[in-house]
Amino acid sequence: MTLTLPPYAEALGIETSRDDNGRIVLTMAFGPHVQGRPKFLHGGAIAGLLEIAAFATLWDALGEEGERPQAKPITVTTDYMRGGRERLTYAAATISRLGQRMANVESFAWQESEDKPIAAARMNFLLVRE
Amino acid sequence: MPPDQNDIIEIRKKVTSGEIDPRAFFEMLNQHSHNGLIGVQYIANADNWVELAIDYDEKLIGDPRTGILASGPIISLCDMASGMCVMLTTGKFMQTVTIDLRVDYLRPAKVGHRVTGRMECYKHTRSVAFVRGYAHDGDADSPIANVTGTFMFLGAPQ
Repeated sequence: MTLTLPPYAEALGIETSRDDNGRIVLTMAFGPHVQGRPKFLHGGAIAGLLEIAAFATLWDALGEEGERPQAKPITVTTDYMRGGRERLTYAAATISRLGQRMANVESFAWQESEDKPIAAARMNFLLVRE
Repeated sequence: MPPDQNDIIEIRKKVTSGEIDPRAFFEMLNQHSHNGLIGVQYIANADNWVELAIDYDEKLIGDPRTGILASGPIISLCDMASGMCVMLTTGKFMQTVTIDLRVDYLRPAKVGHRVTGRMECYKHTRSVAFVRGYAHDGDADSPIANVTGTFMFLGAPQ
């Protein structure tokens, strides 16, 4: 199914694809619009990428647009592990639990290799079903 | 031409020594980088807190169904305010990096409203600074988010 990303994802220059296992993987190119201190990614832009990874993975699991419940973020905790460099950044998310009312999602962002994450976010969503 | 690494370090040293005030600092940085994208504006500060704001902007929408801003810009806003309040609190130039930042959303931000983030550094040790604060969309008594975070100093205090 196709995923429509929000305007904020476009502003960050985020693109989505799927890996061989069908997992959604996001990419964000480096540029002035995501730069913080010189030569490094802005922590907020990394948090934004992690947030979009969590949303995209959750929306994908919840079904087609228009039929799926609204996912409202309640808590977002971002851990910064390594400085983000001037290169392409990847992100993917795992749904730890998808319930009727709550979804717990973990996102990771990496650059050179997936086992060296630059940041992670844990997001807890309230699911509003109509 | 954006300022390079050395310029930024010089500017930050002048902020911590009081030579450049926080408002001037944000005016210098505003056009460039991610802060320019989200449009971070300086509002106010005191010895240990900084208040910044972003205007509502359609390109920052996280949920097209509701028009509500994404959390990324709010995290960026509070991250910037945190970094600055840590510099003001220590009064020394120290490069800091974010260890973690937690945002609890108390209610959605109102569509079309400017979002203000206010962060204070309430404790710092030789290596770590602790910050807390909130974001609101017009009424500070009814915040949209509660924010806490920790920052690490890189290298010894200068």
